[in-house]
Amino acid sequence: MSLLEIENLSLAIGDTPILKGIELSVAPAEVMGLVGESGSGKSMTALTLMRLLPHAARATGRVTFDGIDILAATEDQMCALRGDDIGMVFQEPMTALNPVKTIGEQVAEGIRWHTRVTRAAAEERARKMLDRVGLPPAKFPLSRYPHELSGGQRQRVVIAIACALKPKLLIADEPTTALDVVLQAQILDLLRDLVAENRMGLLLISHDLAVVTEMADRITILRHGEVMEAGDTARTLSEQLHPYTRQLAQASMHVPARARSHDASQRQPLLEVEGVTRDYPGRPTSLFKPAAPIRAVNDVSLSMQPGQSVALVGRSGCGKSTMARMILALDKPSSGTVRFRGETITGKTEAELKPARRDMQVVFQDPYGSFDPRQKVEKLVAEPLHVLEKKPTHAERREMVAHALHEVGLDQRDMDKYPHEFSGGQRQRLSIARAIITRPKLVVADEPVSALDVSIRAQILDLFAELNQKLGIAYLFITHDLTVARAISDEVLVMHDGKIVERGKTNEVLDHPQSEAAKALVAAAPDLHRAIARKMQEQG
Amino acid sequence: MTAYLLKRLAISLATLVLASIVVFAVLEILPGDPARLMLGMNASADQVELLRNQMGLNAPLLLRYLNWAGGLVSLDFGRSYTYSVPVMDLVRERLAVSLPLALIALALSTIIAIPVGLFSASRRGRAGDTISMGAAQLGVAVPNFWFALMLIYVFAVWLRLVPAGGFPGWSAGIWPALKSLLLPAVALALPQAAILARVTRSALIEVLNEDYIRTARAKGLPYRTVLWRHALRNAMIPVLTILGLQFAFLLAGTIIIENVFYLPGLGRLVFQAITQRDVIVVESVVMLLVAAVIAVNLVVDLSYAVVDPRLRSRQ
Repeated sequence: MSLLEIENLSLAIGDTPILKGIELSVAPAEVMGLVGESGSGKSMTALTLMRLLPHAARATGRVTFDGIDILAATEDQMCALRGDDIGMVFQEPMTALNPVKTIGEQVAEGIRWHTRVTRAAAEERARKMLDRVGLPPAKFPLSRYPHELSGGQRQRVVIAIACALKPKLLIADEPTTALDVVLQAQILDLLRDLVAENRMGLLLISHDLAVVTEMADRITILRHGEVMEAGDTARTLSEQLHPYTRQLAQASMHVPARARSHDASQRQPLLEVEGVTRDYPGRPTSLFKPAAPIRAVNDVSLSMQPGQSVALVGRSGCGKSTMARMILALDKPSSGTVRFRGETITGKTEAELKPARRDMQVVFQDPYGSFDPRQKVEKLVAEPLHVLEKKPTHAERREMVAHALHEVGLDQRDMDKYPHEFSGGQRQRLSIARAIITRPKLVVADEPVSALDVSIRAQILDLFAELNQKLGIAYLFITHDLTVARAISDEVLVMHDGKIVERGKTNEVLDHPQSEAAKALVAAAPDLHRAIARKMQEQG
Repeated sequence: MTAYLLKRLAISLATLVLASIVVFAVLEILPGDPARLMLGMNASADQVELLRNQMGLNAPLLLRYLNWAGGLVSLDFGRSYTYSVPVMDLVRERLAVSLPLALIALALSTIIAIPVGLFSASRRGRAGDTISMGAAQLGVAVPNFWFALMLIYVFAVWLRLVPAGGFPGWSAGIWPALKSLLLPAVALALPQAAILARVTRSALIEVLNEDYIRTARAKGLPYRTVLWRHALRNAMIPVLTILGLQFAFLLAGTIIIENVFYLPGLGRLVFQAITQRDVIVVESVVMLLVAAVIAVNLVVDLSYAVVDPRLRSRQ
């Protein structure tokens, strides 16, 4: 007897069809993985189950949960179900909690609402639940506010809210996408335990095939609002009968073809970082005593050859982004020096930095947030040209933009469009075009593919590899994702608590990590091959 | 938190000192000799000079500023040139009308605006929203004296529920005094409420798109409960800012309404003092208002921290 049964579910918002004839079921104590790329309708399916759709949405078909017809239920019936029998966990832990209420209030609120117990009793249950999700009351009293917790801790609070009343079904929509791999592994473990403890059904939604494979008993693959394939995880992914399943699996494991890179011989290094430290002012504990500084980067040294691709990997908060900012001269080291092309760039004025700026560019994580929506592509891509010695004429500028667009696989006619006319992957191509327009020697890329779907991500990695070969650009990839490091870097630096704890050839470090930090990263990183092999054993 | 409070207090004091210098300087520059005005056009130059000496108008500028500022600190505002009574008495008498009026108007404005804003935001784009925001638009556009006249016509002339104007004084009893403040307070509150309702609505609509609203809904709370418990407090910061500005306006900017209702308030006092070049009264009342505005701003700043815990820890 299944707990949740979705039959022939279709959904339209206005005249746009979002879901077409979805079939899906979840049994008690079962983990159902719902996989698909962005825009495939995964989240809309989840919101339909909760009946939290936008006003204009119209759903048809049949959704039965525990004998209740969800689509026909009244709002009062839904309120009774939500948070009691169905819990939901969302993607973005940083914004999923109300900033002005304590975590205790937020966990206890649902308990009080559904069970009508006293405040004290609800708080007691909240305390137990927070303890269960790994936030012991001694360290995390109910009076904490969300902003006092890290992303991983906040996601635990969200899970505590969703599971406080032992729901029969938990819907987790990309619960770990915003977290680093180590936190991801911890949160997935927690979800797995909660499923086992309470015989809870889990609908796990993710774009990450490896994560779903590790977790799910059965899997449903969604594309453009339609179910492509569904079945036991092991069989579906080992046989890969459906072409789209195969495409997804291949894209998840994609490694761009790169000719053996240049010899890292005795040329002058492109970038040399020597003993760089960065302190931030700490929070003062007393009015008179100066606060102890927080050391974000601690005595880091590294060097890069021209054309070399290096990955700086580490968990969130390890100092890797601060390091990148100092290399780009966007932040000043507290001590130590950064040399670029043999010249010291630390302590220089903006005017003196201009020649260096021409040779170093940056690609950011979020292809949506890094463009001014009111400017045309021509202007956006041409932005770095102001560092050129001679201002290009209008015609020259258009010529350069057209060339850069061509190099990243876009059409030169795209020049006159606005950013919203492009998809996420195309926008990341635009950021790369913007980065290479000045013919830089070094591109620093801060999590350049972590916001992208697997197939787009494979294409962007290919593009990075191609530009590396063609233009000889050196890359510094800042990432917590080891698959990116493996796909595209020659060397890996592992950063932990502001220090570089391990460095070496990419394959050597990732296959035989020595330091604790590197071992933890490697162990936590989801790997599709490994996950399929394990599922094959479990499911026969 | 203590450090934050001390810092805010220090900034407020510095602002006050700066404001006193500006007020003093501006009124010095203005044309018109108070002594000449008091004595009339026919007075001889000697008489004027004598009075100027008596009033201390011939002393050096700095000394006069220090005298005046020192007086302010000890709440001795000097004597009015035209009324020949201590300014403090005048102000106290007028504040007894203006302060309750401002407070009642502010309370009315809040009581009307917040529910309307909530109602509108929760029915965004539907008929209820369109109607209430249309009404708010009208409230912003129509001048308050017109409301005042309409109110007088309906409630005083027609229904004879309240007096059409004048103020019997608090000695006449609380109820008669309150009754005479009721219509002016409503007339003042309506346009303010219209502005506040619009601010509340747009702040709420922004908050309602936040992820934590969805989290609260996923807990099983009905929409209305989510609106009150989760959305409203997060939407309070812009609302508090506008409330602070409105209170300052209501204290001093009520001259038209005071005239319509024949109320002896601060606004009329300042207006008369300006026309009669009663510089000392103008200076005193302006400084009082500056102090009130600074105090209100301080309260608003502190209330931000009460509403939002993130501001508490930032210092």
